[in-house]
Amino acid sequence: MKLAGLAASAVVAWLLLYSNLEPLADMLLHVSGLSSATRFGEALHFFIYEVPKVLMLLTAVVFVMGVVHTFISPERTRAILSGRRLGAGNMLAASLGIVTPFCSCSAVPLFIGFLQAGVPLGVTFSFLISAPMVNEVALALLFGMFGWKVALLYMAMGLLVAIVAGMTIGRLGMERYLEEWVQQIQQSCSCGSEETGEAMTWNRRLQEGVTHVREIVGKVWLYIVLGVGLGAGIHGYVPENFMASIMGAEAWWSVPAAVLLGVPMYSNAAGILPVVQALLGKGAALGTVMAFMMSVIALSAPEMIILRKVLRPQLIAVFAGVVAAGIMLVGFVFNAVFPTL
Amino acid sequence: MKQVKILGTGCAKCNQLADAVKAVISSENIDASVEKIEDIQKIMAYNVLSTPALVVDGEVRCKGRVPSSTELKDLLTR
Repeated sequence: MKLAGLAASAVVAWLLLYSNLEPLADMLLHVSGLSSATRFGEALHFFIYEVPKVLMLLTAVVFVMGVVHTFISPERTRAILSGRRLGAGNMLAASLGIVTPFCSCSAVPLFIGFLQAGVPLGVTFSFLISAPMVNEVALALLFGMFGWKVALLYMAMGLLVAIVAGMTIGRLGMERYLEEWVQQIQQSCSCGSEETGEAMTWNRRLQEGVTHVREIVGKVWLYIVLGVGLGAGIHGYVPENFMASIMGAEAWWSVPAAVLLGVPMYSNAAGILPVVQALLGKGAALGTVMAFMMSVIALSAPEMIILRKVLRPQLIAVFAGVVAAGIMLVGFVFNAVFPTL
Repeated sequence: MKQVKILGTGCAKCNQLADAVKAVISSENIDASVEKIEDIQKIMAYNVLSTPALVVDGEVRCKGRVPSSTELKDLLTR
């Protein structure tokens, strides 16, 4: 009961603060004696409004996901996906990828563990693509900076890429391109059914939420502050439509270029998004920017190197190729649907 | 003597767990040997899906996270 009261008051305090950020920023700017009509004033106002807004949203979403994670362990997800067919299995896998706790350093054990329990290769890939790409940090940031429509579209498109790419890999029958020892352990255990999930008190679940916030927000807050700072500079100083010629919807080649540029980059969404937001304001096209972001998160060189332990180069190439093609398609669709934001 | 194993492919969290375990073992004077297992095939023999994992006397006691030192003490001495 005490816990429920504490949680409720935290929610109320969060809502009160969040809904008053704009007047608070106005007030702070007023106190500082700067006018928002000046360039510096405009940049400063953008900064002191945007940083707390994004950080608060991120904290809330990450906390909720930390609690959700206590209900869905990777083992439980594996038990659900074991023996599923292509198609429905891919959809389920991609969706579970959003809510299952996932860290890219666990990608290999997870991958092998799924195959061991008889999760088909294509279904496993759907999970492995969706889990890092459609993550709560990316969604919270998109929501904070571009609104719920863009966040929802990103989620839908990310799921689509994960489902279609996984189904394609499944259809191609790529099992022979797994490393030998991985092929041998496929379907080797009936594991999964024994997992019952830890019985946890709510107290413990909420604690996990707090831990998750500490881990994630503690890691990315600096990137957000720096990114928004840079974004604020662009916001105040770079002329309107500056980006339109390079990253606008008319330049069709900008989508593949953005994807190619994104692959070798390994960064969290937190650092890139604020810059991206500012560029969008200056005329860059949404699809191009989305494609860039997806390829940075979903396809990274370090992940490929880790996966090389279990996949032969041919399968890694197919994986990267299929996902990149899917992301480009998303970029083109976005540019066609939203020529201007 | 307890056989403590830390399973992890060498990620940052795996090293954190190894350091935390060693710290608890020395501060609590637990009689234990610590071994880090980084080979993925050996890790998979323990049927863990998320690393790092803590194995005490052949039993997986914790996976996918770095517990607090109080929890670690409990996991190591149980």
